Amino acid sequence: MDYAVGLALTFVSIVVINNLVFTKFLGTCPYLGVSGRFDTAFGMGLAVTFVTTLSGTLTWLIDHLFLVPAGLEVTRYVCYILVIAGAVQLVEMYLRKFFPPLYQAFGIFLPLITTNCVILGLCLFLNQWEINNFLDAVVLSFGAGIGFTMAICIMAGIRENLETADIPECLKGAPITLITAGLLTLAFMGFAGMIK
Amino acid sequence: MSENQTTVGKAIAGGLWTEIPVLRLMLGLCPTLAVTTGVKSALTMGLCVIFVLVCSNLAVSLMRNLLKPHLRIIMFTLAIAAFVTIADMYLRAFQPEMSEKLGAYIPLIIVNCIIICRAEACAAKNGLLVSAVDGAAMGVGFTIVLCFLASIREVLATGKIFGYPVMPDSFIPLAAMAMPVGAFVSLGLLLGAVNQLTGKKASTL
Repeated sequence: MDYAVGLALTFVSIVVINNLVFTKFLGTCPYLGVSGRFDTAFGMGLAVTFVTTLSGTLTWLIDHLFLVPAGLEVTRYVCYILVIAGAVQLVEMYLRKFFPPLYQAFGIFLPLITTNCVILGLCLFLNQWEINNFLDAVVLSFGAGIGFTMAICIMAGIRENLETADIPECLKGAPITLITAGLLTLAFMGFAGMIK
Repeated sequence: MSENQTTVGKAIAGGLWTEIPVLRLMLGLCPTLAVTTGVKSALTMGLCVIFVLVCSNLAVSLMRNLLKPHLRIIMFTLAIAAFVTIADMYLRAFQPEMSEKLGAYIPLIIVNCIIICRAEACAAKNGLLVSAVDGAAMGVGFTIVLCFLASIREVLATGKIFGYPVMPDSFIPLAAMAMPVGAFVSLGLLLGAVNQLTGKKASTL
């Protein structure tokens, strides 16, 4: 029972309190680039969640079962990026076959999930935080994806309303989005320190 | 020379102003936001990016005739990952303090969009010299933006630059500038200022 509570706390902590987008600046490019419309943002979030869960789990396994026993930590980055690229390829083929409209909507951003910092960042943080428990690693990977989805969806909701707002000419587009993101992180800082 | 080939002069101008990363292309945002709490970490990050960018551009340029279209992104990332590993090990050995501070953001250079973007847009189409110059110019442009943003944030957050106090005693440090809020808002305002100065509605995003 205590263990389940611990897992739930880990999940809440990575989604809300240590949200990778708000506190570690990971995934800022898609966060600003794909958040124009809510449905695209949601789809992007789900794709990222899937890839993060898959690659976070896989890289943790590879790291603990293969790289560390074999003393090959030097090749860590190369292995991680290969796993992530493979997972993205899988999602891309799946979407193209079963959800063509969604595939069209993603456009260039789908292959770019490979270079989404949330995913590689999470794999590296799993290593840096010294997560030695398989279940913890899975929960953290999944939570990171959900946290990203939440952040990008909130942003998309705000930006849909921003379109009708009266913004100074020079701040239109990217600048106002960045300032909005800044205020959002301020709001989420209210959660800081709740759990570890 | 065909249409999509770049000259050395154009590459320099592109990297330093007309296509300056971050401000014009909106690429490489996460390191920009994360490491600009101090000028020293920004500079270290910038130097690492210059090294990786030049080396990966050279490597991609060398193998540009062997690439298959659907495999090229993986080849790019693998080349980049190799050079980032070198930079990371160098930092860990000779600059352990900075390596500790930058932590996961050094390996995250692998997924810095600027590097992939240059590999795809320049190095995969051009010869060795142009690719190397382009990498260096883009890297320097990136470093300039990083250091500029970092100096603003460091002065406002601590009243110091490189650890030397520069503000009068009556200055009250703005703690928020060292936090994520400061990063997002100052970059937003900087972009706004650049748009205002150039009179151009940049990056429609």
